[in-house]
Amino acid sequence: MAQLDMELTERCNNNCIHCYINLPENDRHALDNELSTDDIKDILKQAEKLGCLAVRFTGGEPLVKKDFKDIYLFARQLGLKVVLFTNASLIDDEMIRLFSHIPPLKEIEITVYGMTQSSYEAVSGVKGSFKKAFEGIRRLNAAKIPFIVKGALLSSGAHEQKAFETFADHIPWMKGKPDNIVLLDLSGRRDLKKNDKIRKLRISPDEHVRRLMNNGKKLIEEGRRFQKTFRVAPDNGDRLFTCGAGKNLCVDAYGNLQACLLLRHPDTVYDLKKGTLKDAFQNFFPELLSKKAENPEFIKRCGKCELRGFCEQCPAKSWMEHGTLDTPVEYYCRMAHAEAEMTGLDKDEIG
Amino acid sequence: MNSKINSGSVYVPSDEVVAREIEGELIIVPLTSGVGNMEDELYTLNETGKDIWSRLDGKRNLRSILDQLKTEYDMDSQTIEEDAKGLLEELLIRKMIVEKRSK
Repeated sequence: MAQLDMELTERCNNNCIHCYINLPENDRHALDNELSTDDIKDILKQAEKLGCLAVRFTGGEPLVKKDFKDIYLFARQLGLKVVLFTNASLIDDEMIRLFSHIPPLKEIEITVYGMTQSSYEAVSGVKGSFKKAFEGIRRLNAAKIPFIVKGALLSSGAHEQKAFETFADHIPWMKGKPDNIVLLDLSGRRDLKKNDKIRKLRISPDEHVRRLMNNGKKLIEEGRRFQKTFRVAPDNGDRLFTCGAGKNLCVDAYGNLQACLLLRHPDTVYDLKKGTLKDAFQNFFPELLSKKAENPEFIKRCGKCELRGFCEQCPAKSWMEHGTLDTPVEYYCRMAHAEAEMTGLDKDEIG
Repeated sequence: MNSKINSGSVYVPSDEVVAREIEGELIIVPLTSGVGNMEDELYTLNETGKDIWSRLDGKRNLRSILDQLKTEYDMDSQTIEEDAKGLLEELLIRKMIVEKRSK
């Protein structure tokens, strides 16, 4: 196991309109049910014994977790590298002292929602969050603590893409253009109200292609090469898990171990409060990942689709959209075909 | 070779690293900043390096460790001494080991 993902909490100090996992910061039910610091340390110890090299702390916003500093130090003292996903708004002087003295050994990853207060807070939903986030980024930069940025510029900030890329270009630890969240995922807990809101924020395949075309010929050619690499012969049939599930297991905030960050279907998670990471890794997940698809529509469409290798369709997204593991997701299907058509891959012979 | 390594000294792992054995390899992970020359790189020791590391127990000086290695390894003495001193020098430069001061 190279890396373990840990959602320290589903709570967040932002209320991003597109986010699939952001309970209010003081959500009582979450607070009462989250893993204790001792539980988290025990899981980290198990991971270390299994040869895990790195832990990724995510959320929600992991820095709202009361004992974050204690948990972070514990992980580093076990000899684990730490990847931290954050919005940077809680990076204060104390955090800077911590990361300066005990470095995470991996770049901190910060999601940026806009380059101006209005565009940023139109996404984050919290007044003052823009200033706090950029103050956190300024602190990290001044202390030379390695970090990178990723964009979640939705429609309110789409026109700021160039400004964001210029900003990212000045961050010494960036390797190339920043990633952008484009295809929005639905709520991991199947919150149907939230899902309706997220669906309304999604861009159409035409708009997606138009934005990709703006990246210039070179990047489109790169995209085509990527697609060719991941294009698959249409013989997958009923294989359900053709994605990276199982590679980086993820512990949710309540002690359920998932095959990936997104897959929360109750039949696919392992309760770490009743068992061990080793048992899950050696027994539970190999069995889960060998599961076959049963939905005839999935077998007929996705099972035979040559674009499956780079389509976003996966059991987690099928669960989030439809509540099953093997239902084709129209949104991702349309996006994958639009991308293939754009690069001309659709017309190619396979091989 | 102008070595900083002294056979009469006792060397011990630094408190500022964590040594982990993963699949037979010993990996040295920096804990504090300034240890190692690249924070994103982990330093791995091979079988022999791992053996030498395990002998840095704070009780034996390097001369005593070298004497033991020379009796246990089927190699010429000079090569053993050069290799061991080379490794310790690299670890010392990376601040992964320190010289134990007598109190």
